[in-house]
Amino acid sequence: MEGDIAEMGKFIGAGLATIGLGGAGIGVGHIAGNFLSGALRNPSAAPGQMANLFVGIAFAEALGIFSFLIALLLMFAV
Amino acid sequence: MGANSVATEGESTGFAIHPMDQFVIHKTFCTDDKATALNECTQNIQWYNVTNVTVWMAIAVLCIAGLLILGTRRRAIIPSRTQSIAEMIYGFIYNMVEEVTGHDGVKYFPYVMTLFLFILFSNLLGLIPTSFTTTSHVAVTVTLALMVFLGVTILGFIRNGIGFLGMFWVSSAPLAIRPILAVIEVISYFVRPVSHSIRLAGNLMAGHAVIKVIAGFATLAIASPVVVGAVAAIYGLELLVAVVQAYVFTILTCVYLRDAVGGAHH
Repeated sequence: MEGDIAEMGKFIGAGLATIGLGGAGIGVGHIAGNFLSGALRNPSAAPGQMANLFVGIAFAEALGIFSFLIALLLMFAV
Repeated sequence: MGANSVATEGESTGFAIHPMDQFVIHKTFCTDDKATALNECTQNIQWYNVTNVTVWMAIAVLCIAGLLILGTRRRAIIPSRTQSIAEMIYGFIYNMVEEVTGHDGVKYFPYVMTLFLFILFSNLLGLIPTSFTTTSHVAVTVTLALMVFLGVTILGFIRNGIGFLGMFWVSSAPLAIRPILAVIEVISYFVRPVSHSIRLAGNLMAGHAVIKVIAGFATLAIASPVVVGAVAAIYGLELLVAVVQAYVFTILTCVYLRDAVGGAHH
């Protein structure tokens, strides 16, 4: 596609794709917050769960990264 | 995200230096008078050309080799600083592999260690001003992620035979929803290399672009003291991101490896 309308659509689409960041933010905040509330209740068990914390954050973040990917594809590949 | 689109975008924006210009691949030992990103050095790059990617990868490899060789050359009971850094990284990754993949996974420790060191050093070297972040390019991270994905899949079939497919059939769920879960499991299995690679490249690229965007505001004289502080703060954050992303890539490799080594239960 070519022309100004297509160009405009690209930018609008890329902007809309950044809404996905909000979802990733909610997910990561949820995991980190729940980890902290659990860790403050039982601090001795917290260090053993650090790996699970990071894996959980990574999985939650992955979906936000897909929206970033879509924004990049719209900007540079379409 | 080729060099062409970056250069053409650069002319329409107000930035003196376009934030994406730092990711342009160009030939080393090549000079061009044209100031734009689109010049002789960025065009017609063949596989045998030495580019900034290969240079910074080579520097990363040299740094890793240097750290490990210097760290283990004079082994002392009371370790020197270099030796304790090398030992700490080794022990950290060894514990992680043993903890996540179990005792059977320890024989794949050298590969995980190699991945971690390469990604860590590429990320950290990328933070040196005017350097080049190799891991911010999807081509690099996809190669790393595909090696893990193919390796894990092949290893799973070698170790478990056709029973490896059992990991898609969730036996703990009610029988009625197992086919639906199987479809979801298969999709999530094949999305793994995508998220594995884009996470690393996306985090690095976004972070470095943010630094350049904020640095671009320094042309506004009144804002420049704030900008210097903000760039320093984000640089600190990027240091954290560089280490955490190397850690996340490695621990996800271990998690995927556990599926192949530990059999169907996961």
